[in-house]
Amino acid sequence: MLLRHTTDEVLERTSLTINPAKTCQPVGAMYAALGLHNCLPHSHGSQGCCSYHRSALTKHYKEPVMAATSSFTEGASVFGGQANLLQAIQTIFTVYNPDVIAVHTTCLSETIGDDLVQIVAKAVAEGKVPAGKHVIHASTPSYQGSHVTGFSSMTKSLVTSFADPAAEKSKAVTLIPGWVEPSDMRELKSLAARLGVEIVMYPDTSDVLDTPHTGKHEFYPKGGATVEQIKASGGSQAGIGLGYTASAAALEALQTKCTVPGTLLELPIGLQATDRFIDTLRTVAGVEVPQSITDERGRLLDVISDMHQYLHGKRVAIFGDPDQLVSLVEFLNLLDMKPVYIVTGTPDNKFEGRVRTALGGNVPEAKIKAGMQADMYLLHQWIKQESVDLLIGNTYGKYIARDEDIPFIRHGFPILDRVGHSYFPSVGYAGGMRLLEKILNAFLDRQDRDAPEERFELTM
Amino acid sequence: MGDILRERERQVYRKGAEQPFQLDCEKQSVAGSVSQRACVFCGSRVVLYPIADALHIVHGPIGCASYTWDIRGALSSGPELHRLSFSTDLQEMDVVQGGEKKLYAGLCELIDAHQPKAAFVYATCIVGVIGDDVEAVCKRVSMEKGIPVLPVHSEGFKGTKKDGYRAACDALLKLAGTGPTEGITPHSINILGDFNLAGETWMIRDYYKRMGVEVVSCITGDGRVDEIRCAHGAALNVVQCSGSMTHLAKTLKEKYGTPFIRVSYFGVEDMSKSLYDVARHFKDKEMMKRTQAMVREELERIMPQLADYKRALEGKRAAIYVGGAFKAFSLVAALRHLGMTTVMVGSQTGNKDDYEQLRELCDEGTIIADDSNPLELSSFLEEKDVDVFIGGVKERPIAYKLGIGFCDHNHERKEALAGFEGMLNFAKEVYSSVLSPVWRLTPRKRGNSLEVVR
Repeated sequence: MLLRHTTDEVLERTSLTINPAKTCQPVGAMYAALGLHNCLPHSHGSQGCCSYHRSALTKHYKEPVMAATSSFTEGASVFGGQANLLQAIQTIFTVYNPDVIAVHTTCLSETIGDDLVQIVAKAVAEGKVPAGKHVIHASTPSYQGSHVTGFSSMTKSLVTSFADPAAEKSKAVTLIPGWVEPSDMRELKSLAARLGVEIVMYPDTSDVLDTPHTGKHEFYPKGGATVEQIKASGGSQAGIGLGYTASAAALEALQTKCTVPGTLLELPIGLQATDRFIDTLRTVAGVEVPQSITDERGRLLDVISDMHQYLHGKRVAIFGDPDQLVSLVEFLNLLDMKPVYIVTGTPDNKFEGRVRTALGGNVPEAKIKAGMQADMYLLHQWIKQESVDLLIGNTYGKYIARDEDIPFIRHGFPILDRVGHSYFPSVGYAGGMRLLEKILNAFLDRQDRDAPEERFELTM
Repeated sequence: MGDILRERERQVYRKGAEQPFQLDCEKQSVAGSVSQRACVFCGSRVVLYPIADALHIVHGPIGCASYTWDIRGALSSGPELHRLSFSTDLQEMDVVQGGEKKLYAGLCELIDAHQPKAAFVYATCIVGVIGDDVEAVCKRVSMEKGIPVLPVHSEGFKGTKKDGYRAACDALLKLAGTGPTEGITPHSINILGDFNLAGETWMIRDYYKRMGVEVVSCITGDGRVDEIRCAHGAALNVVQCSGSMTHLAKTLKEKYGTPFIRVSYFGVEDMSKSLYDVARHFKDKEMMKRTQAMVREELERIMPQLADYKRALEGKRAAIYVGGAFKAFSLVAALRHLGMTTVMVGSQTGNKDDYEQLRELCDEGTIIADDSNPLELSSFLEEKDVDVFIGGVKERPIAYKLGIGFCDHNHERKEALAGFEGMLNFAKEVYSSVLSPVWRLTPRKRGNSLEVVR
């Protein structure tokens, strides 16, 4: 029992997080910045931060992840990190030659009070930023929010840094995809294309963190939204943001700065959320939904109807990031399952309300917690008190799944021990089909494993 | 792009070039470089966390605890407390008002709930800046709860990973010397610098047992607080991973007069030599005989299979990039044992002596690099037409993208690589990666031709 130290009783904790269901802001900012073409993310802090974030992303994607660091020393922590950042900007443009350096802060640089606006202005004034190149930044102290907040802040910075209010008006729709996988971003683009809607999407990590084998290590892979595209998004006819926690800030910024009318939706995971996404795209762009998409939806519905008896009343514990959880809960509810424990480490006042809405009045007994002490230790304690039929969450869930012998589906960040998330989407109808297949396989494999000989069935 | 950073010219050396050997090292990385290095906290955390019956609490915002949660698969034969991730998860108000109260409350709650044998409190970057008196909090909790509560001064910016090792050793030094030493035999050792990745400490411990050597404590693989408290009772400290543990060994020598020897458990030659060195130290003929018999037995078991691997790997080229340079010495020798040549070798934190020794070990033309980066590494791998790259998590995908085999000799090793059995595992891993059929399909071996592979 790897987690034998977890107590059944939920003891009041005032000041600790045990087995966190979150991590810190900078890794989210780094992930968002990787969705910008020819961009080198830069961590303004100690060397370790950058190393950890690169490692975390590398383990999750099994891809090289490039980012630079200000390499803080004791001196920098006393006298400020300005000299480090100025030197870093010069070094990066000289040696690594990106189009953009996307600087994010860390708890250290925030606490000592480094002013990025002023430092970047100084770098420009001193001629350290070559013509046509850019340095953008986001404030991402680790003692606020979570990795999702960092993603949100850097995505917003893409808008405030580049989106051009004077851009030529176009029929394009700007899509802020939220924190989803490269596979999801690819699927969102594909759905828009099949609908015949021209979109600009950022960040876009497809073809950055799911690159094909070419025999070369591309320091800047071919994917990512370009600065030109983001500039032009200022003239788009509408904006759609996916995921309230990750995308609201950028969408609002686009509306405020460039008067692009925005619609904020939950992530299109599951049938209903995908319906709303497709319908919004259709309405905004004034297009018809093609038969192929209607058929795809129909196939998902068909599988649900074929297999619904295996899903009824199954109790599910789920942890991860708010946007993902809200849509997953809605989908589980549609599948007649019972999401009973829902935990995110990301602080979010509106989270419980969003989840209750997604549940539509069902599962009133559901325990929902966000923010401080909303961690996997608490989730495990809840499970010990009354177990569940399925656990959904990132790789760290495997300890609980093993100890409590619960079927487990990996979803979220990070996934350190399986592949697939980079390549197969969970958004859209196709993504719903994949999630459903995983859920069914988890239950049916378990049934096959546990069935006594006299109850072992061939056809299920 | 592709040029070495100008400031880094003196951190790369090619053996046999006209220049006299001079390699700058132990330098701060150039700000703005994509360094593979980590921080002080990382060093302390990886060294101490295998102590399985202690509480490891990370004092700082959540990230430092998240990223190091069960980071390197250090196994325990008993308690699993080290596998949990405890953090004070400092918030903005704590940064303003200080985190001492939170730390105090958290420590008390955890010690009451889990009854650990000791607690380590890791100070992260901002703890140093906001001025929490971690030392005072630890002292107070230690008094109240009656267990050692040890501050680890591991603020990330205060140096490199090596400084983190030192901070970890300083914490360990507060434990060692506090336990009873009665009954410890004269032929006794502490195993320093093995972390029980994939169960390696268990193998090494077994060798010593078969030699008739008593192991007082393992620092820190499968480590236990009470054993470490008695570490000063051992007659000899046997130090692997000298980068992390020499400070501890030296201090134990100063304080308690315990001699130490440096060893390596990687590769057949180094493994055998290590055991013989220990036997020789005790000047016990019977022990030496037992050791010789054991080494013979182990070698007889693995040599035929090793010979098979060697036939397949003869002449292949390897590149090495590891955290500490000491490990690289053994790897160069182990690869040579498999008939392979090391054409590039580097480390994150080697010192002058390390690199001098590497230069002596390596063949003409070998590239030696300190604190390298992905651009440089890629270019070295391509230039030297490398067949296998040995490194850690951030290096793996670079090798694969280039169509080159890889072996993780760091946290994410899948099999034990230490000991005699480990040499066989190492050979097997290198063999399976170098000769994987996948590389036949990749452009490096095939060019860019679209010819159908039959």
